[in-house]
Amino acid sequence: MCLGVPALVIRVEGAEAIVRLGNVEYKASLLLLDNVEKGDYILLHAGFAIEKIDHFEAGETIRLFKEISDLENE
Amino acid sequence: MKSGGLHFIDEFRDKDVVKKISREIKKISRKRISIMEVCGGHTMAIHKNGLMDFLPDNVTLLSGPGCPVCVSSQRFIDHSIAIGMSQDVILTTYGDLVRVPGSVYSLEKVKGKGVEVRVVYSVLEALETAKKNKKKKIVFLGIGFETTAPASAAAIIQAEKQGIGNFFLLSAHKIMPPALEKLARGETQIDGFIAPGHVSAITGYGIYHKLTGLYSRAVVISGFEPVDILQSILMLVKQIELKRFKVENEYTRVVRPEGNLMARTLMNRVFKTDNAEWRGLGWVPESGLEVSDEFSMFDATLYFNVNVPDNESPKDCICGEILTGKKKPSDCKLFSGVCTPVNPVGACMVSSEGSCAIFYKYKP
Repeated sequence: MCLGVPALVIRVEGAEAIVRLGNVEYKASLLLLDNVEKGDYILLHAGFAIEKIDHFEAGETIRLFKEISDLENE
Repeated sequence: MKSGGLHFIDEFRDKDVVKKISREIKKISRKRISIMEVCGGHTMAIHKNGLMDFLPDNVTLLSGPGCPVCVSSQRFIDHSIAIGMSQDVILTTYGDLVRVPGSVYSLEKVKGKGVEVRVVYSVLEALETAKKNKKKKIVFLGIGFETTAPASAAAIIQAEKQGIGNFFLLSAHKIMPPALEKLARGETQIDGFIAPGHVSAITGYGIYHKLTGLYSRAVVISGFEPVDILQSILMLVKQIELKRFKVENEYTRVVRPEGNLMARTLMNRVFKTDNAEWRGLGWVPESGLEVSDEFSMFDATLYFNVNVPDNESPKDCICGEILTGKKKPSDCKLFSGVCTPVNPVGACMVSSEGSCAIFYKYKP
């Protein structure tokens, strides 16, 4: 029940977003998260958007993994 | 990043990266240490991907109390059933809970026999049920930690705004810090915690400072993909080897240092803390969330004055010891014989996030 999944925001309708997860669309309540826009990725948790997914930070984390790999190859 | 960029899933599941991080862990890890993954979602990812096999023998992983269904007490199930037997009540809850055995029955067993139970995906569905069934009393059985508590809080505030007087919450919501601190004070050796990613998305880093400062434990907030978890273990091993304990965040793409303030504000408005009973940990001071006085009209505990007797836990079930890292599911004599996901004896075998159910599903 507690598993959050990333979903893409298709549109925002008041306090609710329509999000896509795979090929299925779901409603995500925006009562716990504001400033959500079309094109954002949000973390969907028991029907609520609880946080936005930050693409820049995701890239940074991947860069960190790569650094470990590079260290090993030195 | 993949073109079109769907949240980088491939990079976080890259087997080569998993192997490389594994070699790095083996290179720097010297001490015999135990790391607890607090969240059931992490336990599931570890077993599904066989991540234990990528760790050196001196690093042990322990499952923690972060499975909402598992830590909900038997008394809570009994309380729910007692309320469900009152006139004109519809119980609503998240799916896994209905199969958890109470002292005599589970919600599933009493369903349709004088008790109406509906499984919902979101607490807002329960609120909708209340709007559509004005002559019934809709009771939402609220379980979960800082991730689901704000959702219940949001529902109560909506109920107040919209004047929905037939919606009630029976709260077994809990907060993590007091339980983690109790574990840190306990007998089981836990050198570091893989902190729950989605709880942290709400709380931010603040709730872990006592663990690192006062209790000298390593803490890394982790995402849920294989690379996330192994990377978090590497960060924990480094902290423990160097004895430099701090709150680190591997899951920066979701968790911000300050957390989700909007969610926390709702939670703090609707709830107050009180002592709570955890399966395995017993009574933990100030770890439970009760409906605050301002919203007491929505509190099912107050509205339905039912008597819930104390009862003993199922004989031989060691769910409690598993939730505190003292034992593994395979140490239980009921495991996979008497107790299976189809016929669960204890809560740890019920939930898809429960250690016993996970060990059963992925056992060799």
